Amino acid sequence: MVHTDIQLDSSNHETSMGSTTGVVDRNELQKKRKERAEKIGKWVMPFIVFVITIWLWDYIVSSNEIPHYILPGPGLVVDTLIQDLGILFSALKVTLQITLLALAVAVIGGVGLAILFTQSKFVEISFFPYAVILQVTPIISIAPLIFIYVDNRMVGLLLCAWIVAFFPVLSNTTLGLNSVDHNLKDLFKIYEANRWQKLLHLQLPSALPYFLGGLRIAGGLALIGAVVAEYVAGTGGIGSGLAYTILEAGYRLNIPRMFAALLLIAGTGVLIFVLLSFLSHLLLHKWHESALEKET
Amino acid sequence: MSENKRPLLLELKKVGKTFAEDIVALKDMDLRIHSGDFISLLGPSGCGKSTALRIIAGLTTPTLGQVDWKVNHGSGSIGVVFQEATLMPWATVEKNVWLPFRLQNKSFQETKDEIEHSLELVGLKEFIKSYPRELSGGMKMRVSIARALVTDPKVILMDEPFAALDEITRFKLNNDLLALRETIGCTIIFVTHSVFESVFLSDRIAVMAARPGRVIQELIVDEPYPRGETFRTSASYGIICRKTSDALKLSMEN
Repeated sequence: MVHTDIQLDSSNHETSMGSTTGVVDRNELQKKRKERAEKIGKWVMPFIVFVITIWLWDYIVSSNEIPHYILPGPGLVVDTLIQDLGILFSALKVTLQITLLALAVAVIGGVGLAILFTQSKFVEISFFPYAVILQVTPIISIAPLIFIYVDNRMVGLLLCAWIVAFFPVLSNTTLGLNSVDHNLKDLFKIYEANRWQKLLHLQLPSALPYFLGGLRIAGGLALIGAVVAEYVAGTGGIGSGLAYTILEAGYRLNIPRMFAALLLIAGTGVLIFVLLSFLSHLLLHKWHESALEKET
Repeated sequence: MSENKRPLLLELKKVGKTFAEDIVALKDMDLRIHSGDFISLLGPSGCGKSTALRIIAGLTTPTLGQVDWKVNHGSGSIGVVFQEATLMPWATVEKNVWLPFRLQNKSFQETKDEIEHSLELVGLKEFIKSYPRELSGGMKMRVSIARALVTDPKVILMDEPFAALDEITRFKLNNDLLALRETIGCTIIFVTHSVFESVFLSDRIAVMAARPGRVIQELIVDEPYPRGETFRTSASYGIICRKTSDALKLSMEN
């Protein structure tokens, strides 16, 4: 008897809960409103900041009558961008080519070396310090040497960009390959997996999120490396990139073109980051926590 | 006793394990596992029960003594379930269960039936395409059990598999594990620190003591299977629990 009473009670409770689902308390309402505001704000706020900055820039330039060879207004920069599109785009193509090639070599070199490191602890402890030294030495101080020893300008540029870009790939992938769940490692041992199977089915998938994090950093760094190397290489003519365009425009006091080229470099950097983030999302969204948080 | 009827599967003979830091994890451990046994290794933490399991699994070698297998054993003849579900988060449920076969270079297609059957046994057939993160803790553990079963192993080693789960889920999985064993008649070595769990599940309990780790008493739970909720609330269950508890207390004083 008592038992049924309890059951009745609980079912009553449930129905009363059911009838209140349409009503949300003030706290929940606030939370929901805040979430919605943040969702819209994520896009709207940066846009407002952008508009204000452009307006302020234009206002300062026109009200102070600043000459365009010191600071061009935003309108002039856009005009120059459109006018010089041919020159700028062929320069962008060169820079982009070096950046992407360097990134590709950084991925192959970084992942390859990381795999080598995890196969032999001795290789890792022998070579890792040198990878660090290569990373912490500013590229701008190594670049002149590289251009003395490497005759081919393209190869020199590539080498500079690679040195900057490969380290995050290497260190992140090494970390990822070593961050395998130890129970899973035991499981592979119990099922007598060989070294190759362990690498392919366990270590590489475990390292994927780490690698993609490193790749996103490396993408930006490859661009920086390519631009810095171009500055050092300095030779102009056909086949020179955006950095040289900036340098040359600077000599001619063509400040609007400098800004236009700068705009293109920044845009390229953002594009690389967005594309690599998208790649990361594609590969991880089904299973990885980082992608899961982004969804909710 | 049932022990005599069943053929001997493996035997631990005076097994000892000393770690590099001179810590004696196991000393003179004798244990006989028969085909079809459900044996629990019960003891306080640090008594070497997990070490014993790792030695049987071949994950570590004994310092002294030996593990004597009476049957041929190779890849797939041991299934393991850890305290965590230990699934590959990047693979779906069915691909996780495929793993033991995959490591034997068997394709997914040719082992599809075994994989599905194994998942059916643990009641997860509808979830074969799900990723681990979409499952609850109990369901993940079921996938882990399905993976251990899929190769039809000679023995399944379970290292406190339900310790991290809530009590309701644990009871349910205990019942389901026994039902599973009724169906396929597997041999299970089960490490636990719960007296109630060991009595409910096993037909033999090896009570272990710490420093150095060893078996101090073997208890036989002479209760018929299938066991269900009626056994859990029966008087004999209470009596055996009491007896086991006393043995455990003795091991702690040692």
